[in-house]
Amino acid sequence: MSRYVTTRRGFLAGLGAVAVGAGLAACGGSGSSSTGSSAKATGNADAVDAALKKGGTLTYWSWTPSGKDQVAAFMKKYPNVTVKLVNPGTAATTYTKLQNAITAKSGVPDVCQIEYYALSQFALPGALYDLNQVGFDSFKSDYSTGPWGSVNQNNKLIGLPQDSGPMAMFYNKEVFDKHKLTVPKTWDEYVEVAKKLHAADPKAFITSDSGDAGFTTSMIWQAGGKPFKASGTDVTINLADEGTKKWTAVWNKLVEGKLLSPITGWSDEWFQGLGNGTLATLLTGAWMPGNFIASVAAGKGKWRVAPMPTYDGTAVNSENGGSAQAVMAQSQNTALAAGFLRWLNHEQASIDIFMKSGGFPSTTKDLASSAFLNDAPAYFGGQKINEVLAAGAKNVVSGWQYLPYQVYGNSVYADTVGQSYAKNTSLDTGLANWQKALVEYGNKQGFTVKTS
Amino acid sequence: MSASQPTRHLARDPRQRRSVVLTVAMVIFTVYSLMPLLWLIINATKTQGSLFSSFGLWFSGDFSLWSNIVGTFTYDNGIFLHWLFNTLLYVVVGAGGATILATLGGYGLAKYNFPGRRGVFAVVLGAVAVPGAAVAVPTFLMFSKLGLTNTPWAVILPSLISPFGLYLVWTFATDAVPIEMLEAARLDGAGEFRTFFTISLKLLGPGIVTVALFAIVATWNNYFLPLIMINDPKWYPLTVGLSQWTAQATGAAAQPIYNLVIAGALITILPIVIIFLLLQRYWQSGLSAGSVKG
Repeated sequence: MSRYVTTRRGFLAGLGAVAVGAGLAACGGSGSSSTGSSAKATGNADAVDAALKKGGTLTYWSWTPSGKDQVAAFMKKYPNVTVKLVNPGTAATTYTKLQNAITAKSGVPDVCQIEYYALSQFALPGALYDLNQVGFDSFKSDYSTGPWGSVNQNNKLIGLPQDSGPMAMFYNKEVFDKHKLTVPKTWDEYVEVAKKLHAADPKAFITSDSGDAGFTTSMIWQAGGKPFKASGTDVTINLADEGTKKWTAVWNKLVEGKLLSPITGWSDEWFQGLGNGTLATLLTGAWMPGNFIASVAAGKGKWRVAPMPTYDGTAVNSENGGSAQAVMAQSQNTALAAGFLRWLNHEQASIDIFMKSGGFPSTTKDLASSAFLNDAPAYFGGQKINEVLAAGAKNVVSGWQYLPYQVYGNSVYADTVGQSYAKNTSLDTGLANWQKALVEYGNKQGFTVKTS
Repeated sequence: MSASQPTRHLARDPRQRRSVVLTVAMVIFTVYSLMPLLWLIINATKTQGSLFSSFGLWFSGDFSLWSNIVGTFTYDNGIFLHWLFNTLLYVVVGAGGATILATLGGYGLAKYNFPGRRGVFAVVLGAVAVPGAAVAVPTFLMFSKLGLTNTPWAVILPSLISPFGLYLVWTFATDAVPIEMLEAARLDGAGEFRTFFTISLKLLGPGIVTVALFAIVATWNNYFLPLIMINDPKWYPLTVGLSQWTAQATGAAAQPIYNLVIAGALITILPIVIIFLLLQRYWQSGLSAGSVKG
């Protein structure tokens, strides 16, 4: 890390350094959860019900578009609870603010939205309240495995899943038909299609990838890799394990063969490319359809959904994106906060609002509901897309872990793996450099980092 | 607009010597500087749909500038107006206060000898070199102890401090206010404050306007400080608000309103453009002050 914190990213990293370090010091390796807050739930679900009856005021940070309607519906049902909704704008901003507030021990929200990949960064220093204390572990069967695995860390339940992002392959049928391409079922076929398409139309690419940490980790996850292991302050990093190598073996062909469009995700060109047929597929989370409909009007009727290609024909999948909501340990009223959270991510009325806004659920009941499965949007040519997407949720490989400082890790991804993309060289080199940076940082932060 | 500025300059130049190379270079720079503005104006007239499907530097689709502006002011119960008002508040109180403090301090340092003056000067010069982002976190931690975070004070108080402004006034006052004049005023029995308000202020005019301009622009464009200090969207300035609107377009269940972001950005820069055009005269003379012994 540079000594002078001037850029936003550098600042974030610097802040992470302060907070993770401080958290470790406060943690002391003991099993106790939260630190220094008053009114604690007494450890059963009755306390939550009582708190909801009694009422009070909560602050809730979320950038979910349906947040406003969900909060309004909640306050209608519980008129004596006031929920102040704050939208920090982006996930990155939220983590900055949250880390700041935790360090300052003031201004911490009661409930906060945190993406799955960032959860352990806050869980490890004990900043997240353990919901096992109020009996929420009984909800286990209500959520699909990927998200539920993400909110359970080190025998603590640190949040309730909001949505999930089982991966899928979105493809532009018009482009496939035009060039007489078959939809790839395996990664080898995917590489073949990439070559054929780019040869037929030099302007068109199979997909765009200029290096994205979230995408990389999801792809390694799908290939069966487990590069990160963390328990307490012991961290193991191996970005050259079997699964990782399996993925780079495929993806290197695309990177080194210059078969990937260098367009950055979510940029204007990217939306244009998705609309005008120059980007033929998109490998991303199941929450994407709403974005297609909202932002890629030109692609209407052209896009379809297929399962992720596989390595050997066995259907395997991973998650990309998605968030949980967590109760902060510094909350002054954890019982009431837990009550709000239970309603937010477990009550049907709230989940319905969330799904209406285009969110992809994480609850098994909703993933299996016929209304959901039979939805056939005209945008996707009347295809029942949720059948494909929900099936993908069942095949998520379990046991994946993120680093306890993944937010920082992803911020230095561009300087390491990103270079492989920029130079069209082997990703293994970039991943090795990333690993080096991650090990160095982790050891500096007081973790014991091993590589094997 | 400001595009005519270079030619006006040339017209003023008595020697009328033109260099083709320089002119071409200046034209290139002008085009380069105005391109983003042109892009902004053109794209503020497009709908959300045609933003992504048309060429960026030419008009396309329905001319929807008006509906974009209306949309900007009405979206989310007119939160944009809130932001506009907040920005004005931060600029008037923050930048205004910064200008007053810098003027008083710079003048005092320039015109009075007192023990420790050199030390103060060294501290000010050092402060100029520290980037604002570096002190943002310590400031945040201090303010949260004081319970000032998430209030307008969290943005206004740090904005009041302008070491660079102080330094500007100090150098300007050294030349612009002759010490003989102050001595004459003292002989006539005027107090220091009276001298300052009746004589020195007028002489310092161009310098003060320059400092005010810098402070106004800095506060108007201030992004990082309010970003970490303020959680309640009701207190956001325009910069943070607009970036939040931009952020709405990415991620799950995104609600892109790029057309409003662009119209909002256009509305956001207009006041600054107007201020620059109005204060042009003053600040040009202010910048070159002291460079020529008149």
